[in-house]
Amino acid sequence: MTDFFGGIFAAFELVFSLDEDLVEISLRSMQVTLSAVVISAFIGLPLGAYLALSRFRYRRFAIALLNAMMGLPPVVVGLVVYLLLSRSGPFGVLDLLFTPTAMIIAQTIIVTPIIASLSHQALRELWHQYHDLLISLHTGKFQRMKTLIWDGRRPLLTATLTGFGRAIGEVGAIMIVGGNIDHLTRVLTTAIALEVGKGDFQLALSLGIVLILLAVLVNLSVHMLSKTERAGTW
Amino acid sequence: MVSTLLPAECVGVTVKRQGRTILGPIDWTLEDECFTIVLGPNGAGKTTFLRLLHGLQQPRSGKVVWQKRGADLYCAQSFVFQTPIVMRRSVLENIRYPLSVRKVDREESYKQTRYWLERVGLADKSELDAASLSGGERQKMALARALITRPDIVFLDEPTTNLDGASTASLEAILKSAQQDGCKIVMATHDLSQARRLADDVVFLHKGKLVEHSSSQLFFDRPQSDLASAFTRGELLT
Repeated sequence: MTDFFGGIFAAFELVFSLDEDLVEISLRSMQVTLSAVVISAFIGLPLGAYLALSRFRYRRFAIALLNAMMGLPPVVVGLVVYLLLSRSGPFGVLDLLFTPTAMIIAQTIIVTPIIASLSHQALRELWHQYHDLLISLHTGKFQRMKTLIWDGRRPLLTATLTGFGRAIGEVGAIMIVGGNIDHLTRVLTTAIALEVGKGDFQLALSLGIVLILLAVLVNLSVHMLSKTERAGTW
Repeated sequence: MVSTLLPAECVGVTVKRQGRTILGPIDWTLEDECFTIVLGPNGAGKTTFLRLLHGLQQPRSGKVVWQKRGADLYCAQSFVFQTPIVMRRSVLENIRYPLSVRKVDREESYKQTRYWLERVGLADKSELDAASLSGGERQKMALARALITRPDIVFLDEPTTNLDGASTASLEAILKSAQQDGCKIVMATHDLSQARRLADDVVFLHKGKLVEHSSSQLFFDRPQSDLASAFTRGELLT
């Protein structure tokens, strides 16, 4: 219990003192996570829209595969990315292993199926609702995707924030491909894992609270900027 | 205005669903310059017939032959559904949508949208979410969205079914006005009094078959079939 309350107290102390190390790893956490989420959204949202309104031979299989990939084990993703980026791997020449870029790649692989799958589910409903109108207006496939993404922006925002939630709390994959190197690839989650390993539960808990505060802050900011909850607007 | 799409011809068209023929075979010609009412009891196939003409439904056999093809054909038609499809946008953006699809100049599209907002009486609600409109207002919005592209033909699938008397009268006035502007109207209804008010000619369907096609006056004064006669007397329920 002492650790718990001590952790909360230490967290606020860390935040308000603007501890240099904390600021550095917090900013790196945000940089890695937001980069991965933005890339995943650029891939996942159109992919979800495409799956919602297209009919092709292996569509059901593609959707089932995408849904299954939502549960990709991060450690396995980390291992695969590690092998691909390691010196002896096919992309070893790029020298990306143990860099924030490698962490972004791993997180993108984890988050893209989540955003794509949730987008597909949300846009499938919308497509069902709009189908006759968009066919009647003789819209092209690109126009339909554009319309669905724009009009479904609220559930798509939720899908993207779900991806953000998964990414910001991820530790297994980025630990493997990033290596948790101080001042280079250390982020909040890997720092928490390190402190737990060292037995400094108070610091680990305080870092955890900072992580949660950051996640809440990002979610609130996105909702406020996009005015999703303003009365009388879509 | 004489539509360059018409006359359109249905040649032996049938529509099947789950192995059952729900429409046809129908041989019929859609002529220009009149208000055509597709009349029939519930389940007669009116909706399927309109969807077939508009291209939303493909025939199992036969074909619908228009005087134009492809984009020229579909861009000259509009459809108003029985339950208005409300896009998750403002009223103004709902009405403007067909123009944005056709890449009409932004300023021009807003000008035309404002004109149609005035014409259907929704100018004061233009910035509201379309979902906040009443049933009658939604249908007016859908009608404005259908007419904003100035189509040659508008198909309407029982657009006044859920509306009160005032909203129905308002919608009918807009339709009459559109017809005077040269738009061909094809409207499904099971409302005899509405058909009497609006129709120039009547297509009567029953159980998926085209039973009678005649001028409105002939249909109501001297129906040629027993089924049509029973329907006009209010005795044919299904």
